[in-house]
Amino acid sequence: MGSLLTICYLIASVTFILGLKMLSNPATARRGNLIAAGGMTLAIIGTIFLYEDDGVYLHNYGWIFAGIVIGGIGGTFAARKVQMTAMPEMVSLFNGMGGACAALISMSEFGRISNKMGLPPTVTEGWHVVFYPSMIGELLIILLGLIIGSISFAGSIVAWGKLNGRMKDIAFKGQHIANIGLLLVVLVMAGYIVTIAGRESTINPVHIPLLLSEPVTSTSRVLFYFVFGLSLLYGVFFVLPIGGADMPVVISILNSFTGVAAACGGFLYDNKAMLTGGILVGAAGTLLTILMCRAMNRSLLNVLIGSFGGATAGGASGAAAGRKEQGSYKEISISDAAMVMSYAHKVMIVPGYGLAVAQAQHACHELEKLLTEKGVEVKYAIHPVAGRMPGHMNVLLAEADVSYDNLLEMEQANEQFPSTDVVIVLGANDVVNPAARTDPSSPIYGMPILDVEAAKACIVNKRSMKPGYAGIENELFFRPRTSMLFGDAKKVLQDLISEIKSI
Amino acid sequence: MSNILNWIGMHQQTIYIVILMIFLGIEVIGRVPAVLHTPLMSGANAIHGVVIIGAIIVMGKADPHNYVALGLGFLAVVLGTLNVVGGFVVTDRMLEMFKKRK
Repeated sequence: MGSLLTICYLIASVTFILGLKMLSNPATARRGNLIAAGGMTLAIIGTIFLYEDDGVYLHNYGWIFAGIVIGGIGGTFAARKVQMTAMPEMVSLFNGMGGACAALISMSEFGRISNKMGLPPTVTEGWHVVFYPSMIGELLIILLGLIIGSISFAGSIVAWGKLNGRMKDIAFKGQHIANIGLLLVVLVMAGYIVTIAGRESTINPVHIPLLLSEPVTSTSRVLFYFVFGLSLLYGVFFVLPIGGADMPVVISILNSFTGVAAACGGFLYDNKAMLTGGILVGAAGTLLTILMCRAMNRSLLNVLIGSFGGATAGGASGAAAGRKEQGSYKEISISDAAMVMSYAHKVMIVPGYGLAVAQAQHACHELEKLLTEKGVEVKYAIHPVAGRMPGHMNVLLAEADVSYDNLLEMEQANEQFPSTDVVIVLGANDVVNPAARTDPSSPIYGMPILDVEAAKACIVNKRSMKPGYAGIENELFFRPRTSMLFGDAKKVLQDLISEIKSI
Repeated sequence: MSNILNWIGMHQQTIYIVILMIFLGIEVIGRVPAVLHTPLMSGANAIHGVVIIGAIIVMGKADPHNYVALGLGFLAVVLGTLNVVGGFVVTDRMLEMFKKRK
């Protein structure tokens, strides 16, 4: 029976690898996801019915199934109900659940292991001598799983809160030093717990009097909960100062953290499926984080140290100064905008988070169809980090049936802007901010942007003149070729559509 | 020190797996286009839901009279399942939209 379970785990591991591989190719991505899900199901069912430890099968089936049913229904419901725009938050939340699960496993295992430590050493000499040294390894892994899992859980919840606007960026002076200090305290405490156990194991364990070993384990039990609490705290402080715009990167890091925490569980139970799955995600997640940073032309360190967070104060005063010298912007009416667009040869649409928030992707597609019928060439310029996550815009526009051929990536789009008559920016801000090219003091300096200024005219739709997510002013709005079209993206698009129809 | 060496010797298989998986994980997604970053992250998120196996083992081994252990295990199973099921469903929803245009 045990070997049947091994086969289940083997298949699961292979599906995880295949799944990840297929997920990184647009043509096979969906199948890859389903294959990995299939492997996971097999591993779960296999564990429930085939797992045995020293010939003893699992029990408490009622509890297990109740948990799976509750989690399964809750998960499906949440994942089905969530708005396309709130996807990133959802991923973060699920990631947090995984982290919490890993931390809980560590807690239960610590309970089990510390009970064993307190056992009177009368059982058998052989048992004890072999048992103790390996237990230190176990203890180490348990602590590692606890720390990483808790950080991932707390961090994900903060990231979730930030993405849906429930939480603001909070940074105080010396926060990075405080964070490092906190992490050190956690590690020292964890190290101390292991040393206590280590000391016991080096003295011939058989001769430890019960009286001595009892208080020691109870100290480590208290310490253990301290490690747990402080890890949670560290998770919160780790994410708090990082700007909301960087949350995707943070989620990706936390994602790989949870992977490592899961792998700790694999180590603990000598479970190859958990081990391969966890490490695979840990490694792939780390690389993905770096790739995301690269798409924004920033270094990971830069994101973590929180240059956005640190620059908010400076950026705000800079923006105030900038506003004065930049003078005024001009507005354009719906009918003028409709006119300009319907007589253009080529219109480029630049979607951003504003479009996502307003759920305007369908209206956007309608406008595109309408203009195309009038003989206007319409393309979309997609910045790699437009929206809240890389690929966010592609997903949204694909939902509205926009043809893939009309989506231009940044490089192609930038080549085509000079031959474009009208650019319409829908709720995008930082990704078209020329300060990224011209102003070295700007926090987004160096990020590649869509060069919408190269076009003959640029219409920017925003709800107000408020700065974008990075909290910095956008000079683009004050340029002579730019005109502003205020209002909710969906409303504006619908008005444009009816206006163009009536021309 | 000898303890550590012992431990490495005992777990060498596992250590090999860890090292190979690190390289494999990096290799396997090395060429992902930016468009797929979000779905890939979400898919990876679902895969690390394998922690659920650990949760099931904890739950299944818990003493039926130890309510603390039962509670912890039960919570772990619920959270782990949320991670797995929610993760795969969300990823599928994202990817469904990519498929349509083809």
